[in-house]
Amino acid sequence: MFDFGIVTNWIHTQLTSVMPDGLAIFLECLMIGICLLLLYVIIAIIMIYMERKVCAAFQCRLGPTRVGPWGSIQVICDVFKMLTKEIITIRHSDKFLYNLAPYMVILASVMAFACIPISRGMEILDFNVGILFFMAASSIGIVGILLAGWSSNSKYSLIGAMRSGAQMISYELSVGLSILTIVVLTDTMQFSEIVMRQADGWFIFKGHIPAVIAFVIYLIAGNAEVNRGPFDLPEAESELTAGYHTEYSGMHFGLFYVAEFVNLFIISGIAATIFLGGWMPLHIPGWDGFNAVMDWIPGFIWFFAKAFFIVWLLMWIKWTFPRLRIDQILTLEWKYLVPIGLLNLLLMVIVVVFKLHF
Amino acid sequence: MENRIDMKEKIAAMKPSAVWSEAGDGMFRVPATSFRSLAEKLRHEEGFDFLRSLTGMDWGEEGLGCVYHLENTSTGENVVLAAIDPDRENAGIPSVHDLWKGADFNEREAYDFFGIKFLGHPDLRRLFLRDDWKGHPLRKDYDSSLNPLNMENEETSNDAPSYEMTKDGSYILKRHPLFEDQEYVINIGPQHPATHGVLRFLVSLEGETIKKIDVHSGYIHRGIEKLCESLTYPQTLGFTDRLDYLGAMQNRHALCACIEKAMGLEVSERIQCIRTIMDELQRIDSHLLFVSCLCQDMGALTVFFFGFRDREKVLDILEQTTGGRLIQTYNTIGGVQADIHPEFVKKVKEFIKYMRPKLNEYHEVFTGNVIARQRLIGTGVLSREDAISFGATGGTGRASGWACDVRKRHPYAMYGKVDFKEIVLHNGDCFDRYMVRMLEIEQSLNIIEQLIDNIPEGEWQMKVKPVIKLPEGSWYTAVEGSRGEFGVYIESRGDKSPYRMKFRSTGLPLVSCIDTISRNAKIADLIAIGGTLDYVVPDIDR
Repeated sequence: MFDFGIVTNWIHTQLTSVMPDGLAIFLECLMIGICLLLLYVIIAIIMIYMERKVCAAFQCRLGPTRVGPWGSIQVICDVFKMLTKEIITIRHSDKFLYNLAPYMVILASVMAFACIPISRGMEILDFNVGILFFMAASSIGIVGILLAGWSSNSKYSLIGAMRSGAQMISYELSVGLSILTIVVLTDTMQFSEIVMRQADGWFIFKGHIPAVIAFVIYLIAGNAEVNRGPFDLPEAESELTAGYHTEYSGMHFGLFYVAEFVNLFIISGIAATIFLGGWMPLHIPGWDGFNAVMDWIPGFIWFFAKAFFIVWLLMWIKWTFPRLRIDQILTLEWKYLVPIGLLNLLLMVIVVVFKLHF
Repeated sequence: MENRIDMKEKIAAMKPSAVWSEAGDGMFRVPATSFRSLAEKLRHEEGFDFLRSLTGMDWGEEGLGCVYHLENTSTGENVVLAAIDPDRENAGIPSVHDLWKGADFNEREAYDFFGIKFLGHPDLRRLFLRDDWKGHPLRKDYDSSLNPLNMENEETSNDAPSYEMTKDGSYILKRHPLFEDQEYVINIGPQHPATHGVLRFLVSLEGETIKKIDVHSGYIHRGIEKLCESLTYPQTLGFTDRLDYLGAMQNRHALCACIEKAMGLEVSERIQCIRTIMDELQRIDSHLLFVSCLCQDMGALTVFFFGFRDREKVLDILEQTTGGRLIQTYNTIGGVQADIHPEFVKKVKEFIKYMRPKLNEYHEVFTGNVIARQRLIGTGVLSREDAISFGATGGTGRASGWACDVRKRHPYAMYGKVDFKEIVLHNGDCFDRYMVRMLEIEQSLNIIEQLIDNIPEGEWQMKVKPVIKLPEGSWYTAVEGSRGEFGVYIESRGDKSPYRMKFRSTGLPLVSCIDTISRNAKIADLIAIGGTLDYVVPDIDR
């Protein structure tokens, strides 16, 4: 298995040999920041293209076909269109908060994105309470959405923001509980450690029943957390026209849009990391030949394959199910997912204490 | 209008001042002062619970008034009343909105067009025209130069006027606020993805719960009824397709049938058969669009595309024969525009074979879906009494347990001779309204299947004089449109153009009941209710 740490260490030694440590670290941070943002944009473009093609396939359509081969340039053109559009400021809005809101959303999204371990040695933010940091960073997005709804001075936006506040804060609980279930199994909160512990089998297999339950809860709650159908009430286009971002235009709207897609990827990436082994290849204890073959496939391919598989699952759900109603969405969370999640956590504790896992 | 003779004696006994006039379908003419007590008796004692149509009229010298088409839903008896007030300047007719809830919007329409004051009506605002419109356009003495093109925005007024009569015969105008200052009122429409056209709801909310809805319509009012008065009968046909554009065939069928009835013209079996098949194809088209749009409103976009995929097949068939996809312009007075295309029969048979299994796809993806059922079952319940009282016909009425299908109540064309089931469900909620349409698609396929092999030979256009003049009198003909009873009322003075032509909108009763059934529902439910009521805005606004 190739360790990306070799590359980063090499760059580090090269830099420190010609300049002081502080400057080197500063330059490295700059490079990583640029790489992170680039990757973020690329992922966003891939996600938007994938969304169009996948939903077209579900709806007996072709999706974009005209711009570039198989419509592949379409999204890039759309990005340019978005960048050139006018950003309209509306009267009687709270200008400062109105302009701040999309950046809050994108900031939360980028910080959470930085937590995902993509390949061995390719983690950007990786420390012993990584999961806590991830949860905290991704929650900032709610503030952005609430601000957007409040400052727009539009009733649709306000209702959308209120819905998203109620919904995202509720579902955070289930996301936390299902991640905690895995933390109980691994006794670590560091993402790279979590991946390493799955070298002899992914947690969804090792943790069997409680892990599978946690995985399903995570998928539902994660989907709700990123406001995707059937939980897309905050923007419910047939009810609230566009919900919290009704009044945004140009790149400010674009930031919300991009953040939504990358958040979907983040949720899927985290699901892939903690349940499906992240970049860890499929290892079956005892089958050494098989494991060796699997190791030939680079880690980042494993990671992206798993992450996009879960993205595809979530898109499938989105394009098949009608939207829920606000009271149903809260009922589902507080009456079903939270109690099940709590019991499941207990079950996992029992499994771990009595060593019933593989 | 079968048992009219019985009713004639009864009404004459009830109200000696009611005068029977024979011309056309015939009607009782009642002075405005004694109209209210007769209406009450008919409603409560004789059981005339369904106000089919309410038509404002300007009879010139005789005064202003309204024509009421009433039906007893248990016996099927029909009666036509006309209330007349000879005072043209201050015409006042007692309101019947408490007897038939459907009269509420219809009286507002009559007030808007004729300036008739409905005494006791709680909310007598204009329905279609702007509040600052001068005069009442369908009156014969209306001067159109009073209203030049107005480029000002319309102010939204927040009060509802109502008129009451004092003992000395003058009127008092009262005003009540529609919404209190503290209410959180949100505008849904006129430009909104879920209103299916330019319709505006003012919704008062408490959190997400709806407290009250005020419907504003008229954003695409084109004055079709007014226009018809200056056109010859064949020219009026063109408008019907543009009322309910998903019922173009049936609408035009109704108007042609009404004119033919007035002319005393019997069309050949071939024409009737073609018209029936076309009506049913149009119904399938409309119901498929209904399912698509409902699913889209509820966020299930995939089913939306299923619907459009299948609807395309119907449109292709229609296009081959009529040349139109949305606006068909197919029926003519005494026939149809052109004979069916040589491939029509083959194509229709292929379509029937294709469509039956496809219906299961909808059931698999949407009907059985747990979220769809949660959203639809039990929301927006319209009781049977309310459905009749509002006159909410079509799928909406049948979902509430009211067997209101005109095809069964007053069979026309070939419907008396084919075997089909009238789908009646009993819960009156959104899910039943959805299911009625799904099941009706199957019944429409059955009807077409029975007719398609047996289209009789014959002419497709009867010989009709180039200039059509109807005798003096008034006629009402209804067909089962895609979304309810579509009626045409013609009053003729023997000219080549109608004296008054009124279209009974299928959508107006549906929209008028939206306030009743959406109270205490959520915003999301309003979208589902609006989707399942299945109104089409050009049909409401006319």
